[in-house]
Amino acid sequence: MTSVSRDRPVLGGFFFIAVLAVVALYVRAIFFTPLEAIQGAAQKIYYIHVPSAIGAYTAVSITALASLIYLWLKDDRADRMAEASAEVGLVFMSMVLITGPLWAHKIWNAWWVWWDLRLTLSLFLWFVIVGYLVLRGAIEDPAQRGRYSAVLAVLGALLIPFIHLSVYFSTAHMHPDPIVLQPSKPKLPPEMLITFLSGIGAFLLLCLAMIQARYRLGEMKDELAAIEAERGY
Amino acid sequence: MLEVSDVTRMFGRRRAVDGVDLTLAAGDCLALFGPNGAGKTTLLRLISGLLKPTKGAIRVGGQSLRDDASARGLLGLISHQSMLYSALTSRENVEFAARLYGISGARSAAMRALERMRIADRANAPVRSLSRGLQQRVSIARAIVHEPRVVLLDEPYTGLDAAGGAALTDMLSALRADGACLVLVTHNVEEGLALSTQAAVMLNGRIARRDDARGLDHRVYQADYRAMVLGAIDRRSERVSVSA
Amino acid sequence: MIGARPPGTLSAALLVARKDLAIEFRTRTAFFSSLVFAVLALTIFYFTWDESVVAPNDRAPGVLWVVLTFSALLGLQRSFGLEEHDRGIDALLVSPISRESIYLGKAIGNLIFLSAVQLVAIPALALFYNMPVGRPLLVVSGIVFLAMVGIVAVGTLFSAMAVNTRLAELLLPMLSLPFFVPILMSAAQAAARVFAGRPVSEVGFLLKLLVAFDIVFMFACTLAFSFTLEE
Repeated sequence: MTSVSRDRPVLGGFFFIAVLAVVALYVRAIFFTPLEAIQGAAQKIYYIHVPSAIGAYTAVSITALASLIYLWLKDDRADRMAEASAEVGLVFMSMVLITGPLWAHKIWNAWWVWWDLRLTLSLFLWFVIVGYLVLRGAIEDPAQRGRYSAVLAVLGALLIPFIHLSVYFSTAHMHPDPIVLQPSKPKLPPEMLITFLSGIGAFLLLCLAMIQARYRLGEMKDELAAIEAERGY
Repeated sequence: MLEVSDVTRMFGRRRAVDGVDLTLAAGDCLALFGPNGAGKTTLLRLISGLLKPTKGAIRVGGQSLRDDASARGLLGLISHQSMLYSALTSRENVEFAARLYGISGARSAAMRALERMRIADRANAPVRSLSRGLQQRVSIARAIVHEPRVVLLDEPYTGLDAAGGAALTDMLSALRADGACLVLVTHNVEEGLALSTQAAVMLNGRIARRDDARGLDHRVYQADYRAMVLGAIDRRSERVSVSA
Repeated sequence: MIGARPPGTLSAALLVARKDLAIEFRTRTAFFSSLVFAVLALTIFYFTWDESVVAPNDRAPGVLWVVLTFSALLGLQRSFGLEEHDRGIDALLVSPISRESIYLGKAIGNLIFLSAVQLVAIPALALFYNMPVGRPLLVVSGIVFLAMVGIVAVGTLFSAMAVNTRLAELLLPMLSLPFFVPILMSAAQAAARVFAGRPVSEVGFLLKLLVAFDIVFMFACTLAFSFTLEE
């Protein structure tokens, strides 16, 4: 059996470019972007918080889409992609949940704010992803594992608008103004805007690079399992 | 009555059932022998609809099992697990099964099935109060209450005492006389051959040998069968020791 | 038997539901565990706050939802657990009834079970917390019912999935948690406002959200169930 992945390393060029992009972003964010007037240095968490969220939601969307494809076509590659994307999504979502309270504490003196839609949605999506990964870990048969986790992923995607709406309407009376952590309004000045947009770009690159790496790792694991099965272990 | 055409079932990369063909007419009984892990139970689960084949088709009473839910109404399955609800009584268990199949007069059908397995006297006893052997009788009653046309039996004599075994044999003969066909998986060659019209041996997911069971010399068959099975085990252990 | 017509989806579902309820009635373990838990929770919550700070009336909503969630998990855990023991589920799958009716039957059974628990828990709540028995309580009972439908829709599916895995007892609550959240958030907020004397129209959107959740997930989970069963 030819090895698909022997020629392509797990961490390839794309990954290193992405890491460089993120490092460049931090350098720019810390040293070359002006301080925000009201919040000071703490506002710079924004350049991690929002890009992490975008990376997380991208990864989660990929998982949901790959799961749909798996349920429809039963292609193992879709299942592998869903798994890779979910793990990367967990990492980015955790970043959101760590940076969120840190920032919230600095600006509102409260560690957790239920009325912040992004934060609350991230929390429950984090639980869905953990549930997804634990479910995968609890099933031995690959076909059953693929099927069950795909069903969970699609239901999880269906859940998102409901969490959004229920949080919004349950907490609307708590804080009428901004419902998502934002820097001061109205618009970001050009230097900050560039940092912000490059941040999103860099994190997206990193997210996709990590998914690719994890996917390749998954391919190698499956090959190993196939060889072991043939040898009769 | 039962047509299994080139049925294959994979679990990951393992072929549990590999290109099996079977045809049974009304009144036939196939005794299916084979060592543990040969795929006999998997084959029964495929025919009963619990598993879907990776390849191939199964037809019951002329209807495709995959496409026609009503084809399942012609099947009965007796397996290792009792499929009973231990908190309910024998009669309640069998009556529930009768209703699932749309039998009118479910209660009397249930009592009749229990009587055929000679366990009607325990009709109102909760199943958990019965011994394993008596539970097996209730389980068999449950499986045949709807007078299935194809009966799948996975080592049904296990746990039955002489009286239970006799009741089962009588019941199976009656079903066959009525036009049902049976697939009987068993380790007991004598028992299997006594009832059957066809005999087959399964090895590594394939039908390795097929015979008309009527007129077989049981002792010769038994010896041949043992040789086949031991040969297969030796070949399998050879493969493992080479790669270790 | 040739010629017998298997029951349609709804009749088969009711058959399955009746069977489940008959078993629960015989053993009564989940029901009594839920009641014991309910009384415990009611009592504990009464004493966790200083009466001068938070009036019993204001604590009542909280207990209600805790009791509901935990009795739901107890009932749901048992729902497919009893099929697993002797593979009763195989008999259901071999029979000609549709997969959807198995799911619906289990869900209906769970809903009735939960309703029975609430029929005791809600009056107990009103009693211990000296709540006015009138329109607000009735409206809240309606909200509880809407919440139960959603909980049962999702929980029945996850119960079926979890029972086939290694970590069955961990997985059911773990998978259900994020799905229960929008239900409980909306229902709890709505109930709190109704208890506080606000008009029902004010909670209109929350109620509509609950109904939408129930419909969407009842449909989605029925579909998903066939996927989890097909082997």
